[in-house]
Amino acid sequence: MTTTDTRPTTVRPATEYLDPKLNSKIPEGPIERKWERHKFEMKLVSPTNRRRYTIIVVGSGLAGASAAATLAEAGYNVKCYTYHDSPRRAHSIAAQGGINAAKNYRNDGDSVFRLFYDTVKGGDFRAREANVYRLAEVSMAIIDQCVAQGVPFAREYSGYLDNRSFGGAQVARTFYARGQTGQQLLLGAYQALSRQIGLGQVKMFSRTEMLDLVVIDGRARGIVTRDMVTGKIESHVADAVVLATGGYSNVFYLSTNAKASNATAIWRAYRRGAFFGNPCFTQIHPTCIPVSGDHQSKLTLMSESLRNDGRVWVPKTPGDKRPPSSIPEDERDYYLERKYPSFGNLAPRDIASRAAKQVCDEGRGVGPGGLGVYLDFSDAIKRLGRKVIEERYGNLFEMYERITGENPYETPMRIYPAVHYTMGGLWVDYNLMSTIPGLFVIGEANFSDHGANRLGASALMQGLADGYFILPYTIADYLASTKFTKVDTTHIAFREAEAEVTDRIKRLLNTKGTRTVDMFHRELGKIMWDYCGMARNEAGLKHALEVIPELRERFWREVKVPGEGNDINQELEKAGRVADFMELAELMCIDALHRNESCGGHFREEHQTEEGEAKRDDENFAYVAAWEFTGLGTKPVLHKEPLYFEYVKPTIRSYK
Amino acid sequence: MNLTLHVWRQKNAQSEGRFVTYQAKNIIPDMSFLEMLDVVNQELILKGEEPIAFEHDCREGICGSCGMVINGYPHGGHRGTTTCQLHMRHFKDGDVITIEPWRARAFPVLKDLIVDRSAFDRIIQAGGFISANTGVAQDANTVLVPKQNAEAAMDAAACIGCGACVAACPNASAMLFTAAKITHLGLLPQGQPERYTRVVRMVEQMDREGFGGCTNIGECSAACPKEIPLSVIARMNRDLLVAKLKGVN
Amino acid sequence: MTAALTLYRTTIGKKAVMAITGFIGYGFVILHMIGNLKIFEGAEGFNEYAHFLRTVGYPLVPERGLLWTMRIILLASVILHVVAAIQLTRLDWASRPRGYRETRRKQATFASLTLRWGGLAIFLFIVYHLAHLTFGLGIPNFGGHETAYQNVVAGFSNPINVVIYIAAVGALGMHLYHGVWSMFQTLGLNGPRTDGLWRGLATVSGILLFLGFSTVPIAVITGIVR
Repeated sequence: MTTTDTRPTTVRPATEYLDPKLNSKIPEGPIERKWERHKFEMKLVSPTNRRRYTIIVVGSGLAGASAAATLAEAGYNVKCYTYHDSPRRAHSIAAQGGINAAKNYRNDGDSVFRLFYDTVKGGDFRAREANVYRLAEVSMAIIDQCVAQGVPFAREYSGYLDNRSFGGAQVARTFYARGQTGQQLLLGAYQALSRQIGLGQVKMFSRTEMLDLVVIDGRARGIVTRDMVTGKIESHVADAVVLATGGYSNVFYLSTNAKASNATAIWRAYRRGAFFGNPCFTQIHPTCIPVSGDHQSKLTLMSESLRNDGRVWVPKTPGDKRPPSSIPEDERDYYLERKYPSFGNLAPRDIASRAAKQVCDEGRGVGPGGLGVYLDFSDAIKRLGRKVIEERYGNLFEMYERITGENPYETPMRIYPAVHYTMGGLWVDYNLMSTIPGLFVIGEANFSDHGANRLGASALMQGLADGYFILPYTIADYLASTKFTKVDTTHIAFREAEAEVTDRIKRLLNTKGTRTVDMFHRELGKIMWDYCGMARNEAGLKHALEVIPELRERFWREVKVPGEGNDINQELEKAGRVADFMELAELMCIDALHRNESCGGHFREEHQTEEGEAKRDDENFAYVAAWEFTGLGTKPVLHKEPLYFEYVKPTIRSYK
Repeated sequence: MNLTLHVWRQKNAQSEGRFVTYQAKNIIPDMSFLEMLDVVNQELILKGEEPIAFEHDCREGICGSCGMVINGYPHGGHRGTTTCQLHMRHFKDGDVITIEPWRARAFPVLKDLIVDRSAFDRIIQAGGFISANTGVAQDANTVLVPKQNAEAAMDAAACIGCGACVAACPNASAMLFTAAKITHLGLLPQGQPERYTRVVRMVEQMDREGFGGCTNIGECSAACPKEIPLSVIARMNRDLLVAKLKGVN
Repeated sequence: MTAALTLYRTTIGKKAVMAITGFIGYGFVILHMIGNLKIFEGAEGFNEYAHFLRTVGYPLVPERGLLWTMRIILLASVILHVVAAIQLTRLDWASRPRGYRETRRKQATFASLTLRWGGLAIFLFIVYHLAHLTFGLGIPNFGGHETAYQNVVAGFSNPINVVIYIAAVGALGMHLYHGVWSMFQTLGLNGPRTDGLWRGLATVSGILLFLGFSTVPIAVITGIVR
């Protein structure tokens, strides 16, 4: 918090946006009592009754695995699905830096309220206060739970847990396990899940992809899947469906997401009536390895924790092609330290990314193509010695060297922003339930908690908070307060969904066009990066909205998917996912165009200060945009959920 | 550069497979090995042939999905490197590369270079966990873990479950994988109550899956992209013997 | 007892049996080699030593009591070692029904890869060796342990026997070079700190035993011992 934060902005009265279809169900009472009170007010399912309920969990990452394990421990019958060969492969595994928790073990002034405050502010005042407060509140229990499971967090010599600091925060509240925090947390959840699989309480479906959601009498009652080994299309019934299928950054083709990460599950749910919240809010991570050529299949992130010790700079003169070592100190521009003296290199992600884009646009970028900035460790190595740096970042440095062939101990790293995380996702209420009763959405797949920009080390926190400590309560309330009619897979809704899925697969296989799925995906990605990426403007978005439907049409006419549907067919899997990205991309542009302001990761060039900072418009846009599907090719309907800021007054976000 | 590839192709688990030769043209040194295969696959698709199926996901060396035996070495044989992190700058124009799937009875081939590694999951399900239900935990700092133990546990916990250890072992043994988890949990105070039942259950399951035994050759550790040391196997052996001395069955 | 049986059912249990029986064999070959070197004390000393082996412990135990105890332990060890080896080998071979077209190694040594073949060679040698120097096959004027020295000299005057013998102790050296370290690893007595120690011990054992055992036939054939 700094002194320049104090200028409050005008916020239009929330009541103006009230929409009957969007009830956020935020409990009454003071913010620090809401969750406690809600937990008491929610209905419970008694231990003996739990075995009568079946819950489907799609996805086995941090959110999915933790939810499946916890629900199974409670006694529910759980069916868990993943398209991987094993639940341990989910992309949560790639998170490097750490997980936040308001433990205040450092005695540096942290508290639940401060984590809450930092997150709301970091999200540029586009998140729901009550959700964020709850997240901060349960953050501590997550660390306790993970330690109990045997997650080998970094320790001090005393044996106590160690912490590091992360972007957007002035306290050290990030717990970590080397550069593999996501891996260790996921393995913790995976092991808890494995235990329940071994006990028979969870039935695990690996190599099984959800291709549709089945809604009966207005409630989510099951899913249709494809067995990726035999190609068999199958229906699965349940009393509630939980989607924990992650984000959709791969709409950009090049992102730091795993190759298979996709939006199909949430997109199919959207088409079945779940509203999509803030689809245009994507996060561009500032520290990724720059693109090296057209062949590039994905981007690799370098943990934000590197910015704890690395200094970001570019040459002061545009077009300076000298090697970094021969550029003298006074000809370097440490632009983050210059522009944001109080946060320096630890400015939040959206700000650091945009600053990098700015200097590159000025022609001061480094490396091939001029799309890169230096992240320099020479000062840190001088100050702390190579050994300390090696201990802290050794594996990241090695990874960098393997990919680029350059040694970062000697030459500064080159980094550039890349799409990394999507704050948008299916709209959910305080109970994490979507607009389809019985359909719950957790983790990155939902829109909640991070607003327009996520702070570092908060994704792991949210995934586990949802899975371990929030959903298990709220889903019980739903089950206990709902009267279920008995359905099975012979129900017409299942038959129809199966037929639709089968038909779509046939169409993809029978198009037999002339271009590969990847070609289309790259093309889509380029459109999205150019017009709906780090900076957006009206003309560009309108252009994108013209070319995306064209591309989509061409896709269905010209795509070539070899092979058959009855065995492992990776092209077919990809084709289905890209087909959904083609539709999602359009919605993202519609949302980006409608949000006529800049906030967090959504930077509209029309709305910036003279210094190039984002200019929010609280008077007109302090709401969540939730989109309702009305059919392909027709404009989705916008619903607005008002955002109330009672505890953190919206101010101009400043990290100066 | 241009390369010649001999790749194992197999339609499905039931059918017989064979090696097929492909030319990889215009490969540049900055490509990863998988990106090189992407190039070959794109050409195959355009020719109307089925692309080479291989598993991959994160492409940054942590998910453990990818893995193939490249010129006789799992993951290509560079220290601490998974297939996805192997870059073409390690090859030169005209090279001939043989690409095979992991070979083990417990890892049946499903298609081309894809094998079924669910045996690993079953080993974990048998006991590779600490039974701590959500909600039971006390404050995280009430359990102190000496730094060196935490570090050693982390060394073992770094396993990504890729199966290179099995692929490299002359006996297709899964001891390094199993021992890594036993070591990770066995080194932490939280892991003590179940330490001996854990080792018994996991070893039992490991044997049931049809992996071979360990002849202490060390290829597993040498092939491990996370460089998990052979000493974890000694630790597992010790824990099992102690468990049996204690009468744990 | 159940624990012992269930332990043996695991691959690790079988290996533990191999390690323990291997350790017994290791102890035996060390003593054997030291005994062999008594040949350089001349016929009297050596034959006395052969006699000593039969009377040691008497009258606390019957004559040859300790010798036979040792023989039984050794025989049991060899049987267990071989049976476990066969069972493990079958398991190992079954674990990879289809091999690789191309296999390269990073860590393996000749000794570790040929351990079971070396073992087989040693086993065959034991049979031959017993027939040769214990039962006197092919040795003229064989006089049992009373003429142990003369038996050795007569036995190794034939170069074929010398070659076989040296090859076999070569195999033994290799077997121990990997096996001695393996013993500690298998019994879980190895760790990052002890690894170098056991590797060193294994190397030294392999080399010294090879040299120690080869000295005798070489001494005979070169006429140093006659």
